[in-house]
Amino acid sequence: MSNKEQLTELVTQTRRDIVRMVHAVQSGHPGGSLGCTEFMVALYNNVMEYTPKPFNMDGNNEDIFFLSNGHISPLFYSVLARAGFFDISELSTFRKLNSRLQGHPTTHEHLPGVRIASGSLGQGISVAVGAALAKKMNNDTHTVYVLCGDGELQEGQIWESVIYAAAKKVDNIILTIDLNGQQIDGATKDVLPIGDVRQKFDAFGWQTFHMANGNNIDEVISVLNDAKKACGNGKPIAIIMKTEMGAGVDFMMGSHKWHGIAPNDEQLQTALAQLHSTIVDY
Amino acid sequence: MTKHTVLDNKDTRSGFGAGLLELGKTNPAVVALCADLTGSLKMDAFAKEFPDRFLQCGIAEANMMGIAAGLTIGGKIPYTGTFANFSTGRVYDQIRQSIAYSGKNVKICASHAGLTLGEDGATHQILEDIGLMRMLPGMAVINPCDYNQTKAATIAIAKYDGPVYLRFGRPVVPNFTPTDQVFEIGKAVIMNEGSDVTICATGHLVWKAIEAIEILSHQGIQCDLLNLHTIKPLDETAILNSIKKTGCVVTAEEHQLNGGLGDAVAQFLSRNLPTPQEFVGVNDSFGESGKPEELMVKYGLTSNAIVEKVLAVIKRKF
Repeated sequence: MSNKEQLTELVTQTRRDIVRMVHAVQSGHPGGSLGCTEFMVALYNNVMEYTPKPFNMDGNNEDIFFLSNGHISPLFYSVLARAGFFDISELSTFRKLNSRLQGHPTTHEHLPGVRIASGSLGQGISVAVGAALAKKMNNDTHTVYVLCGDGELQEGQIWESVIYAAAKKVDNIILTIDLNGQQIDGATKDVLPIGDVRQKFDAFGWQTFHMANGNNIDEVISVLNDAKKACGNGKPIAIIMKTEMGAGVDFMMGSHKWHGIAPNDEQLQTALAQLHSTIVDY
Repeated sequence: MTKHTVLDNKDTRSGFGAGLLELGKTNPAVVALCADLTGSLKMDAFAKEFPDRFLQCGIAEANMMGIAAGLTIGGKIPYTGTFANFSTGRVYDQIRQSIAYSGKNVKICASHAGLTLGEDGATHQILEDIGLMRMLPGMAVINPCDYNQTKAATIAIAKYDGPVYLRFGRPVVPNFTPTDQVFEIGKAVIMNEGSDVTICATGHLVWKAIEAIEILSHQGIQCDLLNLHTIKPLDETAILNSIKKTGCVVTAEEHQLNGGLGDAVAQFLSRNLPTPQEFVGVNDSFGESGKPEELMVKYGLTSNAIVEKVLAVIKRKF
């Protein structure tokens, strides 16, 4: 999908899915999901090469994506469903008993599009590095994408994987860090400041890209394309993506408050009034 | 009594190294990963022969487990190698989420398990790893008894689709299982037959049990000995058949009594055929520095300890 209007419509529809899914079960994580919507929609509809059906777990000869910050599953599920991995009607089962759409993504229920369980933070980059190495061994020139949060950078395993990927020249991986400055207990600068993320990744030997506004679809596509062009140059790639937690819903923006709580009926209506249905609700 | 001949004396970790090297030659999907313990794990030969399929991960076990999980997604069969402590307790959540729950075909190969690691002491002598691993849904847990069996197990698990914990050790011990013995995951090897008592042993304690059987035979006691190299899935049929004949059981392992083979056998029997049972293992204690054999004596993991438990359990028969 290269038409900007179509992509923008899909972004809005995805945001509607997120707030409706979280509202329906009164649980889940809308904040980070809304913040990364432009990124995920652009990635799956403009950047990555893949076949949604039949879903191939090995992901050979296609681009693959890992979600390390698994709590933004409402976004992941909506994007996968609307990309054709499974029917959008299944979004209504999110977080309910016997659903394939678990609170955090898993392969355990065989949901097409998911290649690893995530939720316990800090593990996704390592997995992506493994998948990227397998691609190299298989002479598969496709790219491995992985998304993690900025609070997640507090996990030690992240830095093990960051050291490894640079040292071993894993240059077919594009990591995006959602720099929204928020985590459950408050602003990241107050909970445990992580310093200058870009400087850190530069110092660790990654090639970095700055995305000043990850909620601008043009900029998202442009930076992702630049990153893709940089693959194969001996360095892993990191995109430092500034986003607004809760983007698209005014009362959810600007704080950590909506990291992991659901809107009530009234709040849902307020949110949906700001997100006009553009395609069709699930 | 079945006669078991010591072919030679070797460490089980060398059996792993030999098995891995053979796999490298026969199965191009096999990839080995190590966290700065290549020599200790006897992975050098594989690393030298197949440098493109050997990933030196440095002292970063969590990342190694994640990379292994990721490699399976491209169709590889990763074998991770480090000490048992760093293969389990240190990386439990990584194994739980990225490997076990995700159903990834990773072979977690763990050396220096138990007390026989020796002088390095309790920080490195994990005695809880079997318990940790058998609690994870879908995880197979294997603890071979000697060099030949470890080599055979290393090769066999490549054909098993799913996560496996393969546990072995550091010391040089008797190598007595046949070179050509086929390793069947989940199938006990009957090492001796007798009708007075069942001994279920795993790992280094299998040879101790063979020594105990010799001592007991002079007292007129005939033992069934099951080499339970696979703790999960447990060979319930073999255990049940033996207990029906003997009516009592002694379990023996280089592990805590909590969570290990003894627990697995007791849990199975309590539901199916409640049976007097005695346990040889470490009783809710950490280890300490010392020579492997000194430690085995101090913590009661000897052939004499098995003999004592056999005499005790026979008196408790219903």
